[in-house]
Amino acid sequence: MTASVTPEIATGQTGTVVRSTAIRRLLKNPLGLASVIILAVIVLLALFAPILAPFGENYANIGKTLAAPDSVNILGTDSSGRDVWSRLLFGSQITLLSAVLCAAVAVALGLPAGLIAGYYGGLFETTSNWVISILMSLPGLIVLLTIRAAFGPSVWISMVAFGILISPSYFLLTRTAVRAVRNELYVDAARVSGLSDLSIMGRHIFSVVRAPIIIQTAGICGVAIAIQSGLEFLGLGDPTMATWGVMLSEGFKNVYLTPTLLLWPALAIALTIGALVLLGNAIRDALEDGEKIKAPKVSKVAGSVKANTGNHAVQKGTEHHLVKVTNLGVGYPQADGSIKKVVDDVSFHVDRGEVLGIVGESGSGKSQTAFSILGLLPDTARIVGGTIQFDGNYTVQPGDDRVNQQRLSKIRGRRVSYIPQEPMSNLDPAFTIGYQLVTPMVRVLGISKSEAKKRAMKLLEDVGITYPERTFKAYPHEVSGGMAQRVLIAGAISCEPDLVIADEPTTALDVTVQAEVLDLLRGLQSRLNIGVILVTHNFGVVSDLCDRVVVMQNGRLVEEGDVREILRNPKEKYTQTLLSSMLEGKTPMTMLVSTVEEVAL
Amino acid sequence: MIKFVIKRLASGVVVLLAVSVLTFSLLYAAGGSIARNILGDTATAEQVALKEHELGLDQPLFVRYFTWLSNALKGDLGSSWFSSEPVASSLATRVPVTMTMVISAMIIIAILATLIGSAAAVKRGWVDRVVQIGAVIGDSVPGFVIGIFLVTILAIQLKMFPATSTIAPGVPASAWIASMALPVVALIINGVTGGAQQIRSAVIKQFEKDYVRTLRSRGIGEGEILFKHVLRSAAPAGLTVLSLQLIGMLGGVVIIEQIFALPGIGPLAVTATSQSDLPVVMGIVMYTVVVVIVVNLIVDLLNGWLNPKVRVS
Repeated sequence: MTASVTPEIATGQTGTVVRSTAIRRLLKNPLGLASVIILAVIVLLALFAPILAPFGENYANIGKTLAAPDSVNILGTDSSGRDVWSRLLFGSQITLLSAVLCAAVAVALGLPAGLIAGYYGGLFETTSNWVISILMSLPGLIVLLTIRAAFGPSVWISMVAFGILISPSYFLLTRTAVRAVRNELYVDAARVSGLSDLSIMGRHIFSVVRAPIIIQTAGICGVAIAIQSGLEFLGLGDPTMATWGVMLSEGFKNVYLTPTLLLWPALAIALTIGALVLLGNAIRDALEDGEKIKAPKVSKVAGSVKANTGNHAVQKGTEHHLVKVTNLGVGYPQADGSIKKVVDDVSFHVDRGEVLGIVGESGSGKSQTAFSILGLLPDTARIVGGTIQFDGNYTVQPGDDRVNQQRLSKIRGRRVSYIPQEPMSNLDPAFTIGYQLVTPMVRVLGISKSEAKKRAMKLLEDVGITYPERTFKAYPHEVSGGMAQRVLIAGAISCEPDLVIADEPTTALDVTVQAEVLDLLRGLQSRLNIGVILVTHNFGVVSDLCDRVVVMQNGRLVEEGDVREILRNPKEKYTQTLLSSMLEGKTPMTMLVSTVEEVAL
Repeated sequence: MIKFVIKRLASGVVVLLAVSVLTFSLLYAAGGSIARNILGDTATAEQVALKEHELGLDQPLFVRYFTWLSNALKGDLGSSWFSSEPVASSLATRVPVTMTMVISAMIIIAILATLIGSAAAVKRGWVDRVVQIGAVIGDSVPGFVIGIFLVTILAIQLKMFPATSTIAPGVPASAWIASMALPVVALIINGVTGGAQQIRSAVIKQFEKDYVRTLRSRGIGEGEILFKHVLRSAAPAGLTVLSLQLIGMLGGVVIIEQIFALPGIGPLAVTATSQSDLPVVMGIVMYTVVVVIVVNLIVDLLNGWLNPKVRVS
């Protein structure tokens, strides 16, 4: 019992900490601060309108209509001689109150309904979905017109109606959040420890939806103000009330005489809604962890690529290597201006027809190294040192801070290709497998579509697919993971590359399929005599396929050498650790069965 | 495919019926003194009773609803209580004007939002910042306020466009275009700024997908990746945004037409509402729901065409 109480206190505490830093971050953001100030001023003006306004909202001086601003009427008068400034102040009262009313109704309906639907689901959710699909198929203004026709002009009735109409937005938001949290372990723990559903919802789930709801409310208040003013502009509001929409309508009637009458209510509307929109954005930014990396730094770095366009000659005597990576460093700029290195001072080479394994655990920088050879690093990545050369030409020359895409685009797909790790996510679900095989051949080799189709069939056969015709016509979701990986391998060799980079090509597959895919890779490699860089964490795969191996840890190269040499006689401690974590060839450990029996007893 | 369409149409009919019941009961149950409203305060009690009988208001609500429904199924939506014009025929003359504007606005929004949003996603930098700021401004200024300023500045002050429409049957196309240019601009601004923002995030999200990296590794160019693969995958998200915008626009266009004095649904809706001309209001609600159902059906079909997984099931 005590164990379940402690984490609750902890969540409560982190909750407040997060909130207070979020508020501080919100006020630090100039746009956030500005929107808070603008809204505060508008609220204060509305609260003290009866004191601040020099005239009553409907006080009319018939002798002074459409007057220009002077010391008495600081913003002038309208066509009935009413003071514009006073009406603007009273209008802010109604505008703000109606927005709050609308949001309150929407929250009162949408939030509990979303909680229940998300937490329990079932019939309640099905019914709610029906109601929502009806509510969302109705344009707000048309509904408000209907309400007006039925109940007559009333700001309050129309805003309650609009609140009902817009409540699905809270419902959907809450339901999504609750669904995501419902099966979290800490909610399970609370349930197991005997807390009632009500207190779980109150304590754990409400804290999750609180922030999105505040953001949503800012937006909905803005929409409510817009639609309410629209209705009043049409002359369908309550004519006895001074509102911004009525003032707009009044100004529009006198647009030929005094167009400035339009300006003030329009400004008031835009300023209020704008402040709400900015506030919502600023809260969102404040809640998103991590500050943004400054853009100028990136563009400055990018600019220097252009300065470095001259073609440097590679070091003499290294031209014969298919790929040579020299002292490569890859890093990511951080918010504080530093650069986090993920690859540091890595050097190796691959020759034609050779299979090089890059081994390391996740986070060792092996994939980043592979992607820098392909020129497919994420946009934010920077080359922080070293060079890469492909077949005697630099793709990253000394001083470059990005891979030269111009040079790589001539090589990529044509001479160097790629087999990804996860087969399903690497095929575009919207196109057939045939299309995705044929198009690169048409683009890269310049052959006709029918010629490419013939080759694609042959390739599918080569990678061991039994019914090439059927697979060719299939969409990616219609084939198995193993088959998709075979398709990707077919794609990788389709344009007869000199080098294939395979990034954990078997990790995502079932064990039996793994062996088949490795067989396939080995067969293709020796038949086509292509160079392969095999990125893996698995020494079993390495011993199966590779000629040489490079071991990486924490972005650095630990050991390099002939695969048999390293397997038999690893020099570095890290390599030994990696090798000893292999399961193959080990004496079986104690059987699990006995412990099960113990438990059963 | 045909089964899918029939299923969606059937559920559309259910929604239509549900909305008609709701609207009908709301309109007729709430207003107490409809006949007196029409006749004015000077009418005697007998005159009011006679009028109520004439309009069928002395019958129970559900009887009236079924009378309305059976007539509506025959294409008769009743007549205006004030002008006696049949609702169906006034809708028939006005819907083309409104739908011309709404459809052209939606097409322009779809094209501009896609181009601007993709540019912001791909180029980042200043284009992206302009799109972000534009989205905030678009969210802040309601479309009808933009319309008011367009008409005040461009039509009334600078006289570049007609301030009120010259649209009527038989008027040359150039007059239609001149009359509709400003209203359409007023309708699209919020849609373009909001839509571009949404397309931008959808495109950025798609560019982070694994298959994009694989396409690049196969030597496919950036242009082809954007236009053939990324935009296609981002399209369902874009379509959802556009369909929501269109639903909103069916309301927004009412105000815009009022501002520009266009003979569309707008002025009819405003007059009918302020007079509580219930048959007309009912007809306008029905027309709106039908448009929404058709739009949702089209969006579903497009999504099915775009996504092979949906197509199969």
